[in-house]
Amino acid sequence: MGVASRFILRRRGGKSWHWTDIVTWVWLVGGLIIMFGPAVWLAFSSFKTPAALAEFPPSILPYVTSQATVQGYDKPLQLFEAKMPDGSTKVLAEVRRIGLVAQMVDPTTPGEIVRVNIGDRTPVRSVSFATENYTTPFTQFDFLRYLWNSVFVTVTATLITLIVNSMAAFALSKYEFRGRSLAMLIILATLMVPLSVIMVPLYSIISSLGLFNNLWGVILPTVATPTGVFILRQYMLTIPDELIDAARMDKASEWQIYWRIVLPLTAPALAVLAIFSVVWRWNDFLWPLIVLSRRELYTLQVGLSIYSGELNVQWHFILAMTVVTMIPVVLVFIFLQRFITTGIAGTGLK
Amino acid sequence: MGEITLTKIKKSFGAVDVLKDIDLDIKDGEFIVFVGPSGCGKSTLLRTIAGLEKVTGGEIEIDGKRVNEVSAADRGLAMVFQSYALYPHMSVRQNLAFGLENSSMPKAEVAERITEAARMLEIEAYLERRPGQLSGGQRQRVAIGRAIVRRPTAFLLDEPLSNLDAELRVSTRAELAALHARLGSTMIYVTHDQVEAMTLAHRIVVMRAGKIEQVGTPLDLYNTPANRFVAGFIGAPHMNFLAGEVADLETGTATLATAGGHRLLVPFSGHSLSVGEKLTIGIRPQHITLANDPGSLKVKVRLVEALGSETVIHADLNGEKLLAVVPGQKLISPGDETYLSVAGAPLHLFDRNGLRVKGS
Repeated sequence: MGVASRFILRRRGGKSWHWTDIVTWVWLVGGLIIMFGPAVWLAFSSFKTPAALAEFPPSILPYVTSQATVQGYDKPLQLFEAKMPDGSTKVLAEVRRIGLVAQMVDPTTPGEIVRVNIGDRTPVRSVSFATENYTTPFTQFDFLRYLWNSVFVTVTATLITLIVNSMAAFALSKYEFRGRSLAMLIILATLMVPLSVIMVPLYSIISSLGLFNNLWGVILPTVATPTGVFILRQYMLTIPDELIDAARMDKASEWQIYWRIVLPLTAPALAVLAIFSVVWRWNDFLWPLIVLSRRELYTLQVGLSIYSGELNVQWHFILAMTVVTMIPVVLVFIFLQRFITTGIAGTGLK
Repeated sequence: MGEITLTKIKKSFGAVDVLKDIDLDIKDGEFIVFVGPSGCGKSTLLRTIAGLEKVTGGEIEIDGKRVNEVSAADRGLAMVFQSYALYPHMSVRQNLAFGLENSSMPKAEVAERITEAARMLEIEAYLERRPGQLSGGQRQRVAIGRAIVRRPTAFLLDEPLSNLDAELRVSTRAELAALHARLGSTMIYVTHDQVEAMTLAHRIVVMRAGKIEQVGTPLDLYNTPANRFVAGFIGAPHMNFLAGEVADLETGTATLATAGGHRLLVPFSGHSLSVGEKLTIGIRPQHITLANDPGSLKVKVRLVEALGSETVIHADLNGEKLLAVVPGQKLISPGDETYLSVAGAPLHLFDRNGLRVKGS
């Protein structure tokens, strides 16, 4: 047995099972299913045809019912495995269904209609991935455009967020001035104001600045975040003041102190904020929806909404594109999870 | 040149006065040590000289020029911090170069100065390392190197040895003294360790509660402390203080009575004492000897610290503590009664206000 399996199978009760072992297993397996189940379902369902999505009971894997073109019928017919009265099973194509009885036909002898009770037939299905769910949005819709818009908004907003917030945090942590605590308090107090409250005034500001229908109108209102200022300030407070004194003795200007001393040392907190910022901007829906009304400016999240029309929701496209929009966030989490855990531990945010 | 003159320096943080009317002349090339207990304002005084703190009142002059309004960067001083304050994200070379680059010095000269300082401090081998990869002693050298490359008019050192272990502290102390002899620049050194002060300083400035208590050479302070505080602060172990009273005055000699009826004769050549005056008598532990003479001080031994070359005796003299350091190894154990003699010991007399009695 390898080290890994020995580690996994280790029990508190030694040879026998202690009750905590059982609780731990139930907890972990249950947690895995609860957390991971929807994601797995989403990933598999994104490969289903609209028909398979509407199927009841739903399945995890994307199945497609086999079809056959039978002579004398215009459309391809679905194939079923039917139990014949004599006990044998036969693959038949369904012509139509009337109540509890299906009219079926043997593809080899198309002329002869066989009546089968619907309880006696099961569809012939095979796993099949409907990749057109992915290809169609990219070829027929402007999905690449949306992707680019989202990337632009996310990257630009994150960079500006990091710079603006770190400058504010630097001033609030390293300069003594009257009203410093009050300024910090006011910044933190804005955390309590939800977007829906400031939406209308914000809209009129953006509109009067001529940023309506402009990606900058999405980027600029989000760059100054109280959370960011708070995270960075708390981190900068831990940078010893002696370093800054030393830099002053070393003839560094205040900008150099910020740019060459404080900012590099704040890197871990900046990484945390960058992750948060990327996730926030990437998943932002409401504000881009308000500011952007031209289709070529849509971000991914807004772009996704065009598949849900008033009468018809194209679930297969929504699911597929949701998977696509999740990929960057998942990558961020996979590669930067070390910073995220320290960030959550340090700030209590998630 | 590195002459620094402080005139009536005041510094308050809000309602708290940290420095009260500090007057001090520091000569060029002098090694001066500020010493005092924690919170006495010695570090604040150093930071005001550096320009990191603004004075509330008074005047700072460097080489005759008033620098109150000059920023820290332009005073031409270099500082070594207690925590070394090395930039953790930069290599040793970058740490040394940072200050020079900021004054837009040509690259060739920067490199030359770094090489020179590195050779002087023997840190050439780890110029490319980060401070985190260095030991405490190595970091200390880099911190000093960062000051040296600047070629400052004066060095300010804020407890630079306090983060080193005891052994390294002794060797670094010697190196610092050698460095000062070699560079010949003014150095202002802050410490709370009086041994460092005694060994390094040309002159020691003893501070307490924002005021200068005494300025003088190490031996001046040791031999003629101006007041009880300085007497107790300089010298290890601390000076013994006994309560006493003037019993008799003759020309050239004063007779003092201590608790328990002992009489001590002190050479005295002034007129400031009067019979019956209450005094504090200071005796350094090193000046007390063991005696068999019943006429000496009879004490009860509380604790014996045998250090091999000498023995420290903690004794009790009629309820007053008395510490004696006697050479060699003695067969004394706690609980014993013994006699201690102060015959021939220089006695320091302090009046009711703790000031040294003139003429003693």
